[in-house]
Amino acid sequence: MTLRYLIQKEFLQIRRNSFMPKVIFIFPIMVMCVMPWVMNQEVKNIRVDVVDTDRTPQSQQLVHQIERSNYFIFNGQKSTYQEALKDIESSEADIILEIRDGQYLIAANAVNGTKGSIGSSYLSQIVNSGNLSPLTSHLSPLFLYNKGQSYKVFMIPALMGILMMMLCGFLPALNIVGEKEKGTIEQINVTPVSKWSFILAKLIPYWLIGLLVLTVCLVLSWLVYGITCQGPLWLVYLLAVLLALFFSSFGLIISNYSATMQQAMLVMWFFVVCLMLLSGLFTPTRSMPDWAYLTTYVNPMHYFIDAIRTVFVRGGDFAAIAHQLLALSLISLFMGSWAVVSYKKNN
Amino acid sequence: MKAFGTFHAVDDISFSVRRGEIFGFLGANGAGKTTAMHMLTGLNQPTSGTGRVCGYDIRTEYEQIKRHIGYMSQKFSLYEDLTVSENIRLFAGIYGMKDDEITAKTGKLLRQLKFEDHANDLVGSLPLGWKQKLAFSVSIFHEPGVVFLDEPTGGVDPATRRQFWELIYDAASRGITVFVTTHYMDEAEYCDRISIMVDGKIRALGTPDDLKRQFQQPDMDHVFTYLARQATKSSD
Repeated sequence: MTLRYLIQKEFLQIRRNSFMPKVIFIFPIMVMCVMPWVMNQEVKNIRVDVVDTDRTPQSQQLVHQIERSNYFIFNGQKSTYQEALKDIESSEADIILEIRDGQYLIAANAVNGTKGSIGSSYLSQIVNSGNLSPLTSHLSPLFLYNKGQSYKVFMIPALMGILMMMLCGFLPALNIVGEKEKGTIEQINVTPVSKWSFILAKLIPYWLIGLLVLTVCLVLSWLVYGITCQGPLWLVYLLAVLLALFFSSFGLIISNYSATMQQAMLVMWFFVVCLMLLSGLFTPTRSMPDWAYLTTYVNPMHYFIDAIRTVFVRGGDFAAIAHQLLALSLISLFMGSWAVVSYKKNN
Repeated sequence: MKAFGTFHAVDDISFSVRRGEIFGFLGANGAGKTTAMHMLTGLNQPTSGTGRVCGYDIRTEYEQIKRHIGYMSQKFSLYEDLTVSENIRLFAGIYGMKDDEITAKTGKLLRQLKFEDHANDLVGSLPLGWKQKLAFSVSIFHEPGVVFLDEPTGGVDPATRRQFWELIYDAASRGITVFVTTHYMDEAEYCDRISIMVDGKIRALGTPDDLKRQFQQPDMDHVFTYLARQATKSSD
């Protein structure tokens, strides 16, 4: 069984590599302890200028409420709207609240659209709660599955996708191109090693590392945030393995067509960034233009993100993600076959 | 024949090598030596023509050929981040040798090379001459029928080359056919027979003494220069 000797060789090389063991150690910590705090779309610390020309007890109370709120920083009273606008222009304030004759005007800097719209809606909630308008008092939204609307719960399963992509896609691809550059692959090609053994020996170590790191991440997410998987865990692993199969095959295809590491790296980055941005990892896919939405039908990352959020956040079972599993398997098998065919021991 | 587009790297060559023979395959840079060797070792397919290595057809049975040959390339190609014994174990394992057989033979080889103290050194830390001896020993560790050596002694001093050739003689005396390319004419003199390639064709074939007589030159150096000057393709 030559596979055993080849896998042993890969593990020895990974262990001797000055970089790899550190990656395996630091990666889950980065992904779980740093990223969820940074990749956060909650809007906080919005700076508000108030132009209060009424000076009524109600308007005074409103200003106090803004000062007390966690979301706002009270930036000061301005005497005119023009003066407040200067603050916005110099980026010292994000929102202006003008109170005149019992009427309220909220003007938000919408250069960052999310910040502008969320900020102004928070502010209108405060204004409305003071006035008890009939509209809001009868409207009570119910947020399903992610009650606190925590962005962490939303992002953690997606981060696991990025993790499998990095560990199972980039590393084996770079490893193979590295052997090409050093010339050792030629030595392997004149031996009777079968294509399958060679490719599997390259992939299995990284798959094991990927699954190990995934497990560490699941544990960290529970320890650090108390966030656990709501659905069956085996589905999370199944999805991870399928995604790993896709990215490994993808990396292999690129390495088979590239002569240098630099070339492989550039091509890989190009595709990975596209796959990620078009996957719905950060933004909802339904709000994409139609032509862009069509690409999600062949984007394995999209199926993965969709499925893992269903399982992890909502607690979906096998039936809930059967469609995504099927699509992901088909794409991965196609890429896998392509990878084996494109690796040639004989030209 | 091997064609890359309209360029014929190897064109109409024909020769046979006896079992246990040391066959020198000479030619200037770009004459087509490496391409010819790649076809014989199953790394490349000939565009046309045929050949047999250890009785197997190079066009169809290249995977069988790979079981019966050893290969050492001009790019030194053991794994530098594995130790001496790990490299031996890996390649022996690839050729299907059993664990206990590997262990026994590794010990014997290391004693023979006087490498016992360096069995656990990383190959990358060894001097070039040692690496080459080790790479050669690894390439014949599974007792192949033929071993292909592509400029095996590039960049080392004559004394070290001499030691390397003692290993080659030893392998040949055990019945392993040695197919070697080189740029060093002193090494050409060590071969049983040599061929000289110019522009993808074999221009001379015979024992070193035959060739000196045939081209009326005092030594191999002059024979080689005489033939290489007739090249029309630019060499690098």
